[in-house]
Amino acid sequence: MASYSTSEFKAGLKVMLDSDPCAIIENEFVKPGKGQAFNRVKIRNLKTGRVIERTFKSGESLEGADIVEMEMQYLYNDGEFRHFMNNESFEQYQCDENIVGDAGKWLKDQDACTVMLWNDAPIGVTPANFVELKIVETDPGVRGDTSGGGGKPAKLETGAVVRVPLFVKTEEMIKVDTRTGEYISRVKE
Amino acid sequence: MQSAWQPSCSIDALHLRARLLAKIRTFFLEKAVLEVETPLLSHTIGTDPSLAFFATDYDLPHCQHRLFLQTSPEFAMKRLLVAGCGSIYQIAKAFRNGESGRFHNPEFTLLEWYRVGFTLSELMDEVAELIVSLFAEYQPLSGVERCSYQAIFQQYTGLDALVFCYDDYCAYALSNELPEAVALCEHNHALWLDVLFSHKVQPYLGDNALCMIYGYPACQSSLARINADNPLVTDRVELFINGVELGNGFYELTDAVEQNQRFENEIAVRQHANLADVVKDERLIAALNAGLPECSGIAIGLDRLLMLLSKSASIDEILSFSIHRA
Repeated sequence: MASYSTSEFKAGLKVMLDSDPCAIIENEFVKPGKGQAFNRVKIRNLKTGRVIERTFKSGESLEGADIVEMEMQYLYNDGEFRHFMNNESFEQYQCDENIVGDAGKWLKDQDACTVMLWNDAPIGVTPANFVELKIVETDPGVRGDTSGGGGKPAKLETGAVVRVPLFVKTEEMIKVDTRTGEYISRVKE
Repeated sequence: MQSAWQPSCSIDALHLRARLLAKIRTFFLEKAVLEVETPLLSHTIGTDPSLAFFATDYDLPHCQHRLFLQTSPEFAMKRLLVAGCGSIYQIAKAFRNGESGRFHNPEFTLLEWYRVGFTLSELMDEVAELIVSLFAEYQPLSGVERCSYQAIFQQYTGLDALVFCYDDYCAYALSNELPEAVALCEHNHALWLDVLFSHKVQPYLGDNALCMIYGYPACQSSLARINADNPLVTDRVELFINGVELGNGFYELTDAVEQNQRFENEIAVRQHANLADVVKDERLIAALNAGLPECSGIAIGLDRLLMLLSKSASIDEILSFSIHRA
């Protein structure tokens, strides 16, 4: 893998730091007029999601990380692992819940999602920005309410709980933004 | 989306710069400080290991010279002072290789001036007068602060900047989210000061005010004189507004022997670190031997001053064409 020096650090670059794959978020060149140059770098650890700041001497370098983000289809959950398939190569990958993390509550069998691979092993899963899921449990709707003000919790088929307007009923399909966890609309069938 | 032919800055920023230059020239005209120009291309270059230079070839028939783009007009201006020109100022481009970022462009504009017969404290008075007047029209500063390096370092880190205690410095770094400093700085006091000051002190200096930090530790003396009363500090001042380093001034070193020794020391450091070879400015040494008058001098980054005046987040926003578009 190539290595990158501080002057090549830019947002999105994937590098190895403390034996973990990381993504650079921000790189600031810091140099006192009469002193040593540094780069103050904001980095996200791709395994833990934690963001840290680290200072490097300008000109230092880090090894690149072999990170690939791939569109995959979520197949099924066997109780221990969730299984994903690369739609082009049909290669299958399995992930435990630690790796799937929060994405798990938005994943429905056959849905598309993005799997992050480090050295060809999954380290993270990102659901599609918008998913359509069925409500399995919510309080009965209030007749005539279309304002959406207030709202109520609704449990979805994947286990996620989102706030929905009062008029939305059990068994209805709704569209949700997975980045914010917010209800967008009902889905007409 | 902007096209690559377009300026990096707005037309307003061009007007702001022109107005700033006019005000500076008026300020010095009224004080009878002479405006000068010195060469950007020179046969010699500063030896400071932390400054990387641009060099170019000067082609004459049967003869080729290496010329350097100046990292600062300091040496040439000092030679003018020795020649007896009296107090002088210059608005000049300076070039520093490899410096690019939110506050850095490899080619930038310096305002540099020297006051014959001024102590550093007197120069600081004049600096405050100029800076306050430049800001008055746009966003008046709330005040002018003066603080010694030792006091401000103590205030923000609890450490003694003048006396290096490796264990104390390490303990501070480890418990203040800067653990990498231990490996980065090792036993290099000056490097520790650079890291700790720029991360833990500088960001808080000059909250809408001009903050002048004087009495730098002797290991960071650059071209300043060592203080006559305390050999641990140097007569050097730095300016900060809203955490941005704006300028650096000295009670100028006039001793040719010591200047030569500092050049040699820096050249040795450069060789040890495998940095590019420099040509020492023998003409500056010769001038100092002839006698530099007692004086204080300062250089202020005009691009950063413009950034602060216009509240710009990046130096690109006040340069006609930043390096990416030049």
